[in-house]
Amino acid sequence: MPITPQQVVFLIIGVLTLGCGLMVVLSRNLFHSALWLVGSFFGVAALYGLLESEFLAVAQILIYIGAIATLIVFATMLTRGMMLGRMKMSNFQSGISGVVAILLLGLLILVLLQVNWPTEAIPVPDNTIAMIGEAFVSTYVIPFEVVSVLLLVALVGAIMIARER
Amino acid sequence: MEQILELIKDPAQIGPWFNDLLLSLGLSAGLASLIGDVIGVLLLLIMVLTSAIFLIWLERKIAARLQDRVGPNRAGPYGLLQTMADIVKLLTKEDITPVGADRVSYNLAPALSVMQILMVAAIVPIGVGIVAADLDVGLLYFVAFSGLAAMGALMAGWSSNNKYALLGGFRVVAQLLSYEIPLIFTLLAVVLLSGTMNTNDLAAAQGARIFGFIPGWYGLLMPFAFIIFFVAALAEGERAPFDLLEAESEIVAGFNIEYSGMKFAWFFLQFFVNSLILSALATTVFLGGWQGPFVDQVPVLGIFYFTIKTTLVLFAFMWVRATYPRLRIDQMMTFCWKVLVPASLVTVLLAAVIVKLPVSTDIQAVLLIGSNIVALLVTLGIIGATLRKRVNRRQTALTAAEVSA
Repeated sequence: MPITPQQVVFLIIGVLTLGCGLMVVLSRNLFHSALWLVGSFFGVAALYGLLESEFLAVAQILIYIGAIATLIVFATMLTRGMMLGRMKMSNFQSGISGVVAILLLGLLILVLLQVNWPTEAIPVPDNTIAMIGEAFVSTYVIPFEVVSVLLLVALVGAIMIARER
Repeated sequence: MEQILELIKDPAQIGPWFNDLLLSLGLSAGLASLIGDVIGVLLLLIMVLTSAIFLIWLERKIAARLQDRVGPNRAGPYGLLQTMADIVKLLTKEDITPVGADRVSYNLAPALSVMQILMVAAIVPIGVGIVAADLDVGLLYFVAFSGLAAMGALMAGWSSNNKYALLGGFRVVAQLLSYEIPLIFTLLAVVLLSGTMNTNDLAAAQGARIFGFIPGWYGLLMPFAFIIFFVAALAEGERAPFDLLEAESEIVAGFNIEYSGMKFAWFFLQFFVNSLILSALATTVFLGGWQGPFVDQVPVLGIFYFTIKTTLVLFAFMWVRATYPRLRIDQMMTFCWKVLVPASLVTVLLAAVIVKLPVSTDIQAVLLIGSNIVALLVTLGIIGATLRKRVNRRQTALTAAEVSA
């Protein structure tokens, strides 16, 4: 089976995404980790774009990459490592987390092999964004509303904690 | 000959025509569309960057005239070549990297800033159907990529190893994220009315006439939303009275203090292109974009109307910048969270309710205009009452202090 240009692009994006993801945990500077995270999220957005899911790609950039700037600001204000630059990236729990990571990897591989994934191409619907919107207020209206209420509760809770007494 | 005339009349046909030309030369379909795309991107780049050069001159000239000065007048007629002279100067300046700076992010930050704003330029429809990226999620794309502006500025501020730069970077994040919310809500109100996020379709949807003669521009239908958008765009464009990111008196020059030469110029470029894109977007979303008389018969007129409207909005931006002094940071944040965010929510509610009323579109339009004006007056009244109360309280405290003294 010859490799199509699309597969080449997919491979490049995949390698870039994984590489950036690896650098997030390996980088010894918190700020650099955050920047690698931006790269990784961009890769995921590009994958969505490759699947012709414009909405998911843009939402990925808006929500994840847009939030990283805020993340950096809070990390700078709350940690010392951010200002000083270099810090140790692992602590005494590295053994346990290694075991957990390997177990998770095994589980994911199991799922990948067990599930019967659909492999034939389905034509991309014309107006996906309108379909997503309709699904939100018809089929998935209860999860949608629950998530909205949850976010509201989190917002009010944060304000209550931060409020001056 | 006839075909060329036809192309001039309707520039949106140039793309398909060029593609056909390449195909007839024997190129494969993929290669032909790639060449067309590359040429389109280059054209967009050249257009945006050259207009930025012109805008810098225009801004300085207009600000000078408004403030009773002369402005640039030495290089070329009316100082038109001033920006060119500045560019040459900036190119020859020494490129300084401060000690202890984080080199990679320090050098990457200006590039990220400029990339972000050029990406946004792709969704602006400059004429009938002439848009670089005809995305169904156009407005969301704009919101997503304008969020990256904070990232570039924060990177510059953090990596400069300078406390003023870092403070400037923090301010950028706080200001851009806060003012993005009313901006998004007003855009949402427009999307509710039009039922599309595609920028070209948005402009096309504003061709409808109310009662057959009033243009159905969303800025006319929802004046309150347009005003909120305009104010939020001033803040998003980092323009006075919201230019706290570069408040010279407080944080020296903000996140770009350590930058010199061409890297500094890139931030400057981002600032001007940002203003250009914001006014182009205001035109597209609220002022009918390329809509105008006879645009249906002669589509090329669309480019002309779009340019005129964008320039007018941009002039309003410059006017405000040259007139008002800078706000304090707490005033700015208070104004956003306590005035603009609730007000923009009101506009979304109004649009959502009225668009579902079982009456004709003309009646809906009248209801929208009326409710928007009422909401505007109520908001202004509340702001006025609050300020008056505050002044009165201060007056009472002052008199009490005088009496006791």
